[in-house]
Amino acid sequence: MTERRPLPYPRNTEIPGSTELGAKSREELANGGTNRRHFLGYLIAAPTLVVAAQVGMAVARPQRADAAVPSLPDPSDLFDLGDLQDLAALPTSSLIAIQVNSDGSATFALPRAEVGQGITTLATQLISEELELPIDKITVTLANARPELLFNQLTGGSNSTRSMYTPIRVAAAIAREQLKAAAAKQWGVPASAVTASNGVMTSGRKSATYGSLAAVAAATKLSTVQVKLKDPSEFTVIGVPHGRVDALEAVTGRKQFAMDMDVPGATPTMVRRPPTINGTVKSVSNLAAVKAMPGITDVAVISTGVAVRGATFGQCIDAVDALVVKWGPGSVDGESDATILKKLNKAELPLLVPALPLLTKAIDIRFTFATASNSPLEPNCAIADVRPDSAEIWSSLKVPIVAQGAIAKKVGLPVHAVTCHVVQGGGSFGRHLFADAAIEAAEISHVMGKPVKLMWHRTDDFRHGRTHPMSTSRVRVTYAAGNVLSYEQRHTSVATDFTHGLGDMITALAATLPAGNFVGFSESIFELTQSVPYNFGITTQLLNEAFNYDDFHTGSMRNIYSPNVCAATELMVDQVAKAMHKDPLAFRRSFLRDARLLAVMNKAAEVGGWGRPMPAHTAQGIAVHGEYKSAVACMIEIDCTPATVNRQIPDAVTGPRVTKAVVAVDVGLCVNPTGLQAQMLGGINDGIALALTSSLHIKDGLPLEGSWDNYFYTRQWNTPPDVQVVVMPPTTGKPGGAGELGVAPVLAAVACAYARATNTLPTYFPINHDTLGFTPLPPSVIPVEPTNGLSQAY
Amino acid sequence: MPNYSFILNGEKVTVDVPPDLRLLWVLRDVLGVTGPKYGCGLDVCKACTSHINGEAFNPCSVPIQDIKATDEITTIEGLPATVGADLHPMQQAWLDADVAQCGYCQPGQIMAAVAKVKQARAEGHEIGDADFDEIRNICRCGTYFRIREAITAGAAKM
Repeated sequence: MTERRPLPYPRNTEIPGSTELGAKSREELANGGTNRRHFLGYLIAAPTLVVAAQVGMAVARPQRADAAVPSLPDPSDLFDLGDLQDLAALPTSSLIAIQVNSDGSATFALPRAEVGQGITTLATQLISEELELPIDKITVTLANARPELLFNQLTGGSNSTRSMYTPIRVAAAIAREQLKAAAAKQWGVPASAVTASNGVMTSGRKSATYGSLAAVAAATKLSTVQVKLKDPSEFTVIGVPHGRVDALEAVTGRKQFAMDMDVPGATPTMVRRPPTINGTVKSVSNLAAVKAMPGITDVAVISTGVAVRGATFGQCIDAVDALVVKWGPGSVDGESDATILKKLNKAELPLLVPALPLLTKAIDIRFTFATASNSPLEPNCAIADVRPDSAEIWSSLKVPIVAQGAIAKKVGLPVHAVTCHVVQGGGSFGRHLFADAAIEAAEISHVMGKPVKLMWHRTDDFRHGRTHPMSTSRVRVTYAAGNVLSYEQRHTSVATDFTHGLGDMITALAATLPAGNFVGFSESIFELTQSVPYNFGITTQLLNEAFNYDDFHTGSMRNIYSPNVCAATELMVDQVAKAMHKDPLAFRRSFLRDARLLAVMNKAAEVGGWGRPMPAHTAQGIAVHGEYKSAVACMIEIDCTPATVNRQIPDAVTGPRVTKAVVAVDVGLCVNPTGLQAQMLGGINDGIALALTSSLHIKDGLPLEGSWDNYFYTRQWNTPPDVQVVVMPPTTGKPGGAGELGVAPVLAAVACAYARATNTLPTYFPINHDTLGFTPLPPSVIPVEPTNGLSQAY
Repeated sequence: MPNYSFILNGEKVTVDVPPDLRLLWVLRDVLGVTGPKYGCGLDVCKACTSHINGEAFNPCSVPIQDIKATDEITTIEGLPATVGADLHPMQQAWLDADVAQCGYCQPGQIMAAVAKVKQARAEGHEIGDADFDEIRNICRCGTYFRIREAITAGAAKM
């Protein structure tokens, strides 16, 4: 094995068009030298009109530092994770296609996962804009795994809008022009005399619906065409608020998630899991007896535990708990919070700033962030039907190509014999980057020789599901005479599993090579996503890891490293401001080195009423964050009065209450303000949870949490009753990322507000982690289902 | 296995299942009614919230043997019919506020909201912040603020 970087463009390689050539040239490069709004696409031979565009390209935007003690631009300012994903897409010649049907509708299979972030709504809007077709006539579905897409089928890094914005519009615009040309030909007029509007082509008194033109506009052979996109001044859909296209299905209960699907023969299946992470089955003493239980059809030992298949999930639970299993050790049996933290501290990289000159002062603080769960409300689940010569899988998959490859390997089939259907997911937050349930379901179906509908129990989902692992962030700042001279941050994390690679099998495999996960991914992702937005002189941010990436079940959680890194940064900023006797907002105004960050911060402060007199034990906090070519600021008001902190709610953590949250967000160009605000609402509640209430306590190789009344994600009694999200006017003209953007500044602002309200500096997050607020459920078994539901009715 | 009958969304149903099988599995696995979601099976997350005789409850925590033949069970699928419309005002309020993100918890949220509004009125007040703070339904996407807005709007039309 040689040491290598699996990324197609190592960071030091010159990227054509990434900096010097600028935005225009980069686009030209991707589009065969056409000018800014002209793009190339394809006509595809089909019975009705089918058009396509290549997935590709976004633009790196170099930023300049210009203030008192300038800092060099961070790598992520010049070239961020999204750019990397865009570039990873370049070598492929794969296409995404829009079909216009003879009933006047249009259909598009989006090579992304919809997990609540609203990407299907956004894709529909983009098509509607360029195709001039009403939104209700457009159906966007989720594409199956398409290995030929290589790097282009990964949903993550808040990259979907960035990577899809141009290709989808190009395809839709080509469709519009083809329909226009077909109408023009029929009527014997020039295409320029035909106008497209509302699904109808018109010229003078002649008109034709798209449906009537769909067949005549169809191509008979593959060909390349050039198309001009709309000027932003002509937009009537992009930038206009729109409700989600699946809202009606969601509120009527008709929206189908994986476990709602009726696949013939696929009956409920559950797994008995080990008492410690990665524990293995040594023996089962009563397989036959359990198989004979009411409703149970199959019992089988698999690589992750013992699987049970039956008529109902209730009967599966009884059978799972009846199993008598001898377990072998797991991978981290001796590990608990304290031992993990000790290893992190040992792995921390040294600080480099040498002995201080006279009159220079230093502040040096280490912050610790507990393990967190990325579990959505829908637990890990998948349907699998594995047969001798083929396999079919249904699951929420953000990286379906890698899932397909892993499943093929697991059940001994060629990749092309495995069909992976991407099903709408009930949340993800990073969880569905890994196909744990899909791979496990395939294994079970293979072993049992029957279709299975696999669902993890909630308790197992917390204990054996993926986590954002524990990390520490040590920050050392030196300052003198009103200037910050250096800022050093040493982030140390339990290794995060990035073996999904860039969505394809090549980089996924590379990540599993010795040191591949860290050298190729963890380190790169950290450097590509992290930056310090202040002029703090000599600035370094470095990552190191402890443990192997697969010792714990880890993975990206919404916003990956940024929430913890940003919270440490912003808490330190407040400390330095305090030491310099400056107001936190005024201090940030002096040192911020980015105009967009400054603008969102000022907006949040203005809307939130920064600086108003606050009663004792309450305070405001403010924080900023730039990532995904977007800028966001959050202003928080927190209530830490004893009356609030000591509220009594059964089986709950109350504690400090965030009473007001204001977020100002600049994504460059907002496609759907309603959806963007929704993503910020999610960021607000995630950030509050990470600051105040939600964490996993690891004890003797297993998280103690086993229910939503143990893992204290934000609940109604924690959420702010006053929320405002301000969407800034377009700045860059190109959409930046948004899905994960809100988490970091909210966690940071809540932490800063808490510090000011209590006049203490919190250094361990969430702040309640030291207090175990529940009695842990027993390990390995599924908790007994309650029977007293009727007594709780209201 | 014994037979159990009850009224589901206005129609009598009969199932042949073990007495201790929780109602959630009767609805989902036996009757194919998938609006009520599984989120924990511990009466904690409230994703399966439905109504029994007009009151909110969680079928994950009720053995089928505790359900009487005269009990009227309403799931999200049957909610519009309780007001004789295509959509219950609370569902319309959910659409107007564009509450749902992934949507997994929202059937349960809506069923809880309808019961909570009625509960507040039975106690002699309109629903407000103190009542919202009592709603235990988890939304992991964090739509809580829009849920509060939608309940207020939906209540005005109930």
